[in-house]
Amino acid sequence: MELCPCVKNILLLDFEGKRVAAKYFCDDWPTNGAKEAFEKAVFNKTQKTNARSEVEVTMLENNIVVYKFVQDLHFFITGGEEENEIILATVLQGFVDAVGLLLRGNVEKREALEYLDLILLCIDEIVDGGIILETDANIIAGKVASHSTVADGLSEQTFSQALATAREHLARSLLK
Amino acid sequence: MAQPLVKKDDDRDDEAEYSPFLGIEKGAVLQEARVFNDPQLDPRRCSQVITKLLYLLNQGDSFTKVEATEVFFSVTKLFQSKDLGLRRMVYLIIKELSPSADEVIIVTSSLMKDMNSKTDMYRANAIRVLCRITDGTLLTQIERYLKQAIVDKNPVVASAALVSGIHLLQTNPEIVKRWSNEVQEAVQSRAALVQFHALALLQQIRQNDRLAVSKLVTSLTRGTVRSPLAQCLLIRYTSQVIRESNTQTGDRPFYDFLESCLRHKAEMVIFEAARAITELSGVTSRELTPAITVLQLFLSSSKPVLRFAAVRTLNKVAMTHPMAVTNCNIDMESLISDQNRSIATLAITTLLKTGNESSVDRLMKQITNFMSDIADEFKIVVVEAIRSLCLKFPLKYRSLMNFLSNILREEGGFEYKKAIVDSIVILIRDIPEAKESGLLHLCEFIEDCEFTYLSTQILHFLGIEGPKTTDPSKYIRYIYNRVHLENATVRAAAVSTLAKFGAMVDALKPRIFVLLRRCIFDSDDEVRDRATLYLNTLGGDGEVVETDKDVKIFLFGDLDIPLVNLETSLKNYEPSEESFDIDSVPKEVKSQPLVEKKAPGKKPAGLGAPPAGPPSTVDAYERLLSSIPEFSNFGKLFKSSSPVELTEAETEYAVNVVKHIFDRHVVFQYNCINTIPEQLLENVSVIVDASEAEDFAEVTSKPVRSLPYDTPGQTFVAFEKPDGITAVGKFSNTLRFIVKEVDPSTGEAEEDGVEDEYQLEDLEVVAADYMMKVGVSNFRNAWESMGEDFERVDEYGLGPRESLAEAVSAVINLLGMQPCEGTEAVATNSRSHTCLLSGVFLGNVRVLVRLQFGIEGSRDVAMKLAVRSEDEAVGDAIHDIVSCS
Repeated sequence: MELCPCVKNILLLDFEGKRVAAKYFCDDWPTNGAKEAFEKAVFNKTQKTNARSEVEVTMLENNIVVYKFVQDLHFFITGGEEENEIILATVLQGFVDAVGLLLRGNVEKREALEYLDLILLCIDEIVDGGIILETDANIIAGKVASHSTVADGLSEQTFSQALATAREHLARSLLK
Repeated sequence: MAQPLVKKDDDRDDEAEYSPFLGIEKGAVLQEARVFNDPQLDPRRCSQVITKLLYLLNQGDSFTKVEATEVFFSVTKLFQSKDLGLRRMVYLIIKELSPSADEVIIVTSSLMKDMNSKTDMYRANAIRVLCRITDGTLLTQIERYLKQAIVDKNPVVASAALVSGIHLLQTNPEIVKRWSNEVQEAVQSRAALVQFHALALLQQIRQNDRLAVSKLVTSLTRGTVRSPLAQCLLIRYTSQVIRESNTQTGDRPFYDFLESCLRHKAEMVIFEAARAITELSGVTSRELTPAITVLQLFLSSSKPVLRFAAVRTLNKVAMTHPMAVTNCNIDMESLISDQNRSIATLAITTLLKTGNESSVDRLMKQITNFMSDIADEFKIVVVEAIRSLCLKFPLKYRSLMNFLSNILREEGGFEYKKAIVDSIVILIRDIPEAKESGLLHLCEFIEDCEFTYLSTQILHFLGIEGPKTTDPSKYIRYIYNRVHLENATVRAAAVSTLAKFGAMVDALKPRIFVLLRRCIFDSDDEVRDRATLYLNTLGGDGEVVETDKDVKIFLFGDLDIPLVNLETSLKNYEPSEESFDIDSVPKEVKSQPLVEKKAPGKKPAGLGAPPAGPPSTVDAYERLLSSIPEFSNFGKLFKSSSPVELTEAETEYAVNVVKHIFDRHVVFQYNCINTIPEQLLENVSVIVDASEAEDFAEVTSKPVRSLPYDTPGQTFVAFEKPDGITAVGKFSNTLRFIVKEVDPSTGEAEEDGVEDEYQLEDLEVVAADYMMKVGVSNFRNAWESMGEDFERVDEYGLGPRESLAEAVSAVINLLGMQPCEGTEAVATNSRSHTCLLSGVFLGNVRVLVRLQFGIEGSRDVAMKLAVRSEDEAVGDAIHDIVSCS
């Protein structure tokens, strides 16, 4: 029996439900068509909710989906219906925060595509084949950025600084 | 004017949505990938190209085999670069390309070099990549490094090796199991996640060794566990150990540990422990209380995930321990207005399960507000919960029925409306006081119903229930309106319903006739035909006279025949002098063809499939048997059992048997398959020893002349038995045949064969073989019309049983009858249960059985068995079946 907490997929969609980045760790959705159908269903079910301040949660097709929206990006993590939703929420929060650090607070679709390599590496550092590798945003971002050619600026900052920048960005976007 | 224009331009910029991947095309990117081959590598540019390739894969594009191979080869060149970031992207794309075994060899040495690098990042990632793409043979070469990596000082490296170990355990368990000393050491690691991964791997290595897992849990529950994730894992192992230890009495081992986890600082651990406690089998309310308390705190958390987790768990607890959850009702009620609709729905359904009679009205008021703004799928859940609440508190039917009728009038899809109508129908059936108001609600609904299916169902139901009410005439208007306003299907149903009122209520007959006569001029054939039929058969020319009983049965009685069977028979009937005989339609409820039930992956040429076409329908069996002259004088086939396997799966010869029951004979049909390609079997027969079946005498047998590889063949053995007696017994079977070697290259068999035997499993003829599963649509009507003349009632003690449900299903299986109206399902924790069964006994005698069960504290089950049938002897036979076993 599988007892280890298991993540079925990590999804990053835009505000229209289009895929920015997605990684599936199980065979529940064998084809790209099935994956897109699932993403569409998830997006439709959650788009009218307000998941901006806290991680939200719902059930879909006997799966638990936790989700959080930042600007025009929608973050999702799916687990089985027997999974501990608080564990999934922790993973999601780690993912969202790490992306925030890596994009230096500019969490929006444009930046995410610009630095897609960082997003993909970030997912790679969070879950390996469904098993949770790390949930601490600072460590995840650190592992991704320490060897990135693109995010040169980041390596010069300490991560608490980066987090401060991220907060500042967030505050500014809220004041707009 | 100028301002908005500028604004619009801005918008357009946003809409054009700059993307680095705009207009990206696979062919062009593959071209670009040639930069990987440049002698002077530009790491930045290479990284970008890899990102583009990954983008394509991520969007669902796929590479052909050739393209993937090409990309893979050029990517391997990039190992020359010392650039850290580029290397990282190389690792990523190798994993995505999942190269084939012969390609893997090319990167193996590069990756092995990285595995021993001084750079931690190289080591960790090289391990993950290599383990992802490797196969068993390569694994033995790198095993040494992996064992070292597990105990590496760097936590990222150790975790990478451990997680890879978890994946490899699926494919190469024998290798990974050798690492258990290192893994054991890693469990003691100071790094939180290393401990978590080590724990996960260690448990999986030892999962078949219960004692070892138990020891692991014992030592860890006393020690220090560093990360919340590891703690959650430990809780899961602990509950598994508790589940498997099965201690019935005294304190549960490790309960204290679970309880202590409720005070952990991490929410995920608190919840994991609380959930584990609620799921303990046979949990006591004392054990449950602390878990419920922490879940109650979660209910008022500001985090939606915590509220959801708590209410979801409490919802499950409410099914088995509703009293334990009542303390949370106040918190739960405030969740009805929760922003998150999943939470609100779970809260409502939980409240409906735990609510008491006095709180129903208040609850309904709150739900009414809530219903308008949730999706249909949530509404259906609520409707179902309300239905069971109403059955629990029949006195409250008025407010619940009102609620259902209100929501019936609102907008909604078919599934939702159907759930409501079904609920009303069930309430009408089970709560007599609710009948009149329920029927009127349904009448109002069909006035404005867009779903043909629901309209016809309701009209049919009105036809059955309406005439039995105090004032049947008030329904006529609603029904007759349908004849004017609806489509042909609904009109036809309305005509039938009118006729039912006419037949059942003599006083109404003249007025019904007037209405039916008008229907003769309908534009639709079916509607006219029905009206004409009813006008002619009901008779009396519209006078107030009693309708003949035979006519009633002819028009509205049960057919006693599964409609599927009738349909097949009618399709097979060819117009001729001989009219269609309804008695020739088989009454057996068609069983699922055996092949479908078999595990996937097994050969499609299943045993249930005789060579000619689809298997196991009664028709097919009857045709097969009547084609064999030896059996032609046995009379009409009463019943054929579903196939019973006589061999284990995956043996040399696969044999199953179908029991065919005739009035005075029983025929065993052995379906055999030879699964050895190098053999040809000849003269195959089954030798049956009937010494434990005294009432049976073998009359004839029919061997299979030749049984080549993988071609099903049938051999038969026929027995005579005393007429009308439900003889039972046990038969032992031996397959006897002549085996000849087959040359696999030519497929020709040798001349000489050897006689051989193969022992099959025993076969039993039981009482249920003489009973056919035939359901009735309305058990109560059938029971009453059968009358008390041949009723036999007796009580039995069934002794201690595992559960009430187990006892009920045992008796159903023993009798082999069809459970009616879903009464085979026993509510959990109920102390008593009534089960209704229907069937046709040998000799075409209809039998109805009403079983009442009760269970006592010591799990002793008592049963009252009431049988009604058309034949006294059959009633006794049923009681004999029960008392003999």
